[in-house]
Amino acid sequence: MTIDLKTIKHISKLSRISIDDEKAKKLAGDMNSIFDFIEKLNELNTDNVEPLTSVAETTLKLRADEVKSKDIRDQILKNSPEENKDFFVVPRVVE
Amino acid sequence: MSDIISLTLVDLVKNIKDKKISSEETTKAFIDRGEKSRNLNTYITEDFSNALLKAKAFDQKPNFNLKLPGIPMAVKDLFCTNGVKTTAGSKILNNFIPPYESTVTQNIWNEGAILLGKLNCDEFAMGSSNETSFFGNVQSPIDKDLVPGGSSGGSASALAANITPITIGTDTGGSIRQPASFTGTVGLKPTYGSCSRYGIVAFASSLDQAGPMSKNVKDCALLQEIISTYDDKDSTSIDFKRNAYSKELTNNIKGKKIGIPNEYRVDGMPKEIEDLWSKGIEYAKDCGAKIVEISLPHTNYALPTYYIVAPAEASSNLARYDGVKYGFRSKGENLIDMYEKTRSEGFGEEVQRRIMIGTYVLSSGYYDAYYLKAQKVRKLIKNDFDEAYKKVDAIITPSTPSAAFKIGEKTNDPVSMYLNDIFTVPVNLAGLPAISIPAGVDAKGYPLGLQIIGKAFDEQNILNIAYAMEEKIEFKNKITDWWIK
Repeated sequence: MTIDLKTIKHISKLSRISIDDEKAKKLAGDMNSIFDFIEKLNELNTDNVEPLTSVAETTLKLRADEVKSKDIRDQILKNSPEENKDFFVVPRVVE
Repeated sequence: MSDIISLTLVDLVKNIKDKKISSEETTKAFIDRGEKSRNLNTYITEDFSNALLKAKAFDQKPNFNLKLPGIPMAVKDLFCTNGVKTTAGSKILNNFIPPYESTVTQNIWNEGAILLGKLNCDEFAMGSSNETSFFGNVQSPIDKDLVPGGSSGGSASALAANITPITIGTDTGGSIRQPASFTGTVGLKPTYGSCSRYGIVAFASSLDQAGPMSKNVKDCALLQEIISTYDDKDSTSIDFKRNAYSKELTNNIKGKKIGIPNEYRVDGMPKEIEDLWSKGIEYAKDCGAKIVEISLPHTNYALPTYYIVAPAEASSNLARYDGVKYGFRSKGENLIDMYEKTRSEGFGEEVQRRIMIGTYVLSSGYYDAYYLKAQKVRKLIKNDFDEAYKKVDAIITPSTPSAAFKIGEKTNDPVSMYLNDIFTVPVNLAGLPAISIPAGVDAKGYPLGLQIIGKAFDEQNILNIAYAMEEKIEFKNKITDWWIK
């Protein structure tokens, strides 16, 4: 299997990571060698194997739906990349 | 006392409790060492002045009932620390100040320890050499231009260089055990669910575990006892009966059955690794253990499985870094453009590569062929261990397929870098505990480690085996202070 440039561009769109042609070429090379290595799994017949989704065999505990951290809005907003004391700010979305 | 920095954790605690040294003296000694060692690049953030204030406060009102009374220590910069910058080694978090504390670090401060600062690591813990950090690579104290391993490279380097008396790392595919092996130190990856993941920057949630890194096994047991607690803030935290690991530590391992998996004799394994392994088996026998040949037939499929599961989970976990609520933001013409530029400029090459692999294996049309397939093989790998543990109590293997390599040696070949984790990755896939202890050196004098893998929740047993073997091995780390001018 080979991953071509068109596929790389498609994955970059899905990943929301913009890449230029030069970077796409390098990534295609890297990803092809990584997937050559991954293809080894096809040697195994796994038709009757249950997929393992978690190694922690526990049932989730229930808890009351209570607020534990109160009045931390300002602290949270302090990490916001664009300053505004009341909201998170993003580029305009509605014309 | 001039040699404070070379004391083990247990000895430091004893000296402080006996009032032979103060917390301030101790903290000053480690700060001084850190300042002299800046060219190792172990710290991303130093919190020295706060550390001194806390040490003075401790000395004024000491509580010697605590397990870490006034002990200064630095931690991997993947643990969120309330009010102290936490970067995960990434540009995208280079201005992030958490408004909360990770459970593991909180457990440590509750026992009286004091934060010295945050240690360098591979970006989002993705790497085996600490070369993917946005804040530059870390030098190993073992030799100039040698990698300390990764991703907990800053932690391993700081520990071996006596910049911190003990530390914590995280291990998703070997990120505690491999750097411990490369730097002649001890590193434990606990059972999945043993230490809370709350407040640890997520990489691959079904594999990530925090664990102690130390100069010897006794220190390791003490720290594990402190950091391993059930936590309702982590939905995969497991409520099991935890041992008092340091109190119950014993070198009596007579009659323990130890498995040697034939499949770990990989092609092209250097002779010195094979010799180390044979030596390790002899040490275990000397301690009274019984050696049993076992088979883990799917070992060869662990790395390909890991390189589907880990990137898939990473691509999902790292979707949150979009430049909206925190972290780095790049200017864009519109919202989507802002996302794409932020992530392109904010993430480094290896992280982008893994997000892309993960996105691809989860994308429509490929999910069954890759992700589902990998989850099925993961089951087979776990079954191998379940079978083996019907016959043995623990398994001994080398920690890594080679000693530490030079900075830049493997950066252009991702697959050869990934092969570093060949002996450590199966353990994460099966959720088991494993410890790496220093056991010898290669021809150049670089440390080599042995890995002891246990049954789930059987940390006490592998700590005991490690403790018994450590006594026989008598490893001494040779640190020449070459970086201090």
